[in-house]
Amino acid sequence: MNIGILALQGDYVKHARAVEKLGHTSICLKEADTLQKCDKLIIPGGESTAIIRLIEKLKLRPALLEFAAEHAVMGTCAGLILLSKIPGNLPFPSLGLIDIEVERNAYGRQIDSFIDTVQITLNGQEQDFEGVFIRAPKIKKYAETVEILGYHGTDVVMAQDKNILVCSFHPELTNDLRIHDFFISSVD
Amino acid sequence: MLNKDFQLKIGLAEMLKGGVIMDVTNPDQAKIAEDAGAVAVMALERIPADIRADGGVARMSNPKMIKEIQKVVSIPVMAKCRIGHFAEAQVLQTLGIDFIDESEVLTPADEKNHIWKHDFKVPFVCGCRDIGEALRRIGEGAAMIRTKGEAGSGNIVEAVRHMRSVQGSIRHIQTLSDDELMAYAKNIGAPVDLVMYVKEHGKLPVPNFSAGGIATPADASLMMQLGAETNFVGSGIFKSEDPAARAKAIVLATTHFDDPDTVARASEGLKEAMPGLEMSAIPEEEQLNKRGW
Repeated sequence: MNIGILALQGDYVKHARAVEKLGHTSICLKEADTLQKCDKLIIPGGESTAIIRLIEKLKLRPALLEFAAEHAVMGTCAGLILLSKIPGNLPFPSLGLIDIEVERNAYGRQIDSFIDTVQITLNGQEQDFEGVFIRAPKIKKYAETVEILGYHGTDVVMAQDKNILVCSFHPELTNDLRIHDFFISSVD
Repeated sequence: MLNKDFQLKIGLAEMLKGGVIMDVTNPDQAKIAEDAGAVAVMALERIPADIRADGGVARMSNPKMIKEIQKVVSIPVMAKCRIGHFAEAQVLQTLGIDFIDESEVLTPADEKNHIWKHDFKVPFVCGCRDIGEALRRIGEGAAMIRTKGEAGSGNIVEAVRHMRSVQGSIRHIQTLSDDELMAYAKNIGAPVDLVMYVKEHGKLPVPNFSAGGIATPADASLMMQLGAETNFVGSGIFKSEDPAARAKAIVLATTHFDDPDTVARASEGLKEAMPGLEMSAIPEEEQLNKRGW
């Protein structure tokens, strides 16, 4: 499968490596036209304010919304913020593709970043995953249509609504490919 | 070396990739930088061009000014401490700074030793001129490396020299056989395990950014094409005639570094860049990139 990765800013190369390791093709894209070659899209970690400004500046919003109407999209950390309906203080509206309310930098500054085990559910199987949280956001509220797939303690850290998958941590910073594999094979 | 704490520090550096980190000296400039799409700001009292002009000892910024900048932006805030001045670094960590730059732009506090950065929870970035210096700093715990370039010069030549040197050495190390690695490590004064990492992976163990002399969108594109993963821009923005427009243009040129059409469009309509200095006009003892080892 051809997995597009929005490559405006952030750790898109890490996602590309995960996709390639799973035997799929990664396409790092900066233009709307390239989306036509992609079967699914990943919005990476990075600085959400910087990425949303570039989406506006490069007029990518309509193409991204059109793509998401028919294809699966995954967002990690900043990607989660950009996909959410209520993203906190962003300079432009988010893409609003999943009905969650987010608090940016909810855990604090870099000194409060952490790595800890999270409990996730993939294809009905509960399992542990190493959650890398870097200046991470929190999902404060979610609509009934949103399926919760992951917890850290009582905090919701991974969620899905039909074709949209989000997590507040960074599976791409580990060598563990289970979440990427789940997105590519099971999210439609 | 890749324990969890270090992984976490490198993680933030990963998030800053493909972006621009801008030097700012007050909250207004910090807002301009954030609004232009900066991925982080570097809070300092004087930009390098002014430090160079003013002379005297340059130190860590006043905590009050750092806190004011932290209040107005949501992106990471970095700050500089003097080389070897671990007490300044402790203060910056207490303030909740997201990344500390142990920087040759400030007057060194220790001519022999850099900070042992593994002792800190906050990540550090350090400058380098070549691969030996880069690996020594990583050995001390730096989670990000940048070229030193020549800060405050508006001249890209030193940044290019340093980036080409690092990238060339990475390629060279990959051609060495295992029994040549120890002698190579000895000659460049670097930990051998890090030399082995470079041979195996074809890259530094931490992200490699560029700094020191970027003044135009084309400069930003050049450094990215030479292998930089993000650009630091210091005096280049707020010493120019049109900081907000230039900041935006450099962000766009960094994102689209491989597309000359976009770099051209980003450059159109900009006013004068900062004046810039010939390296021959800077006496050797005043060159900032010669500080540290």
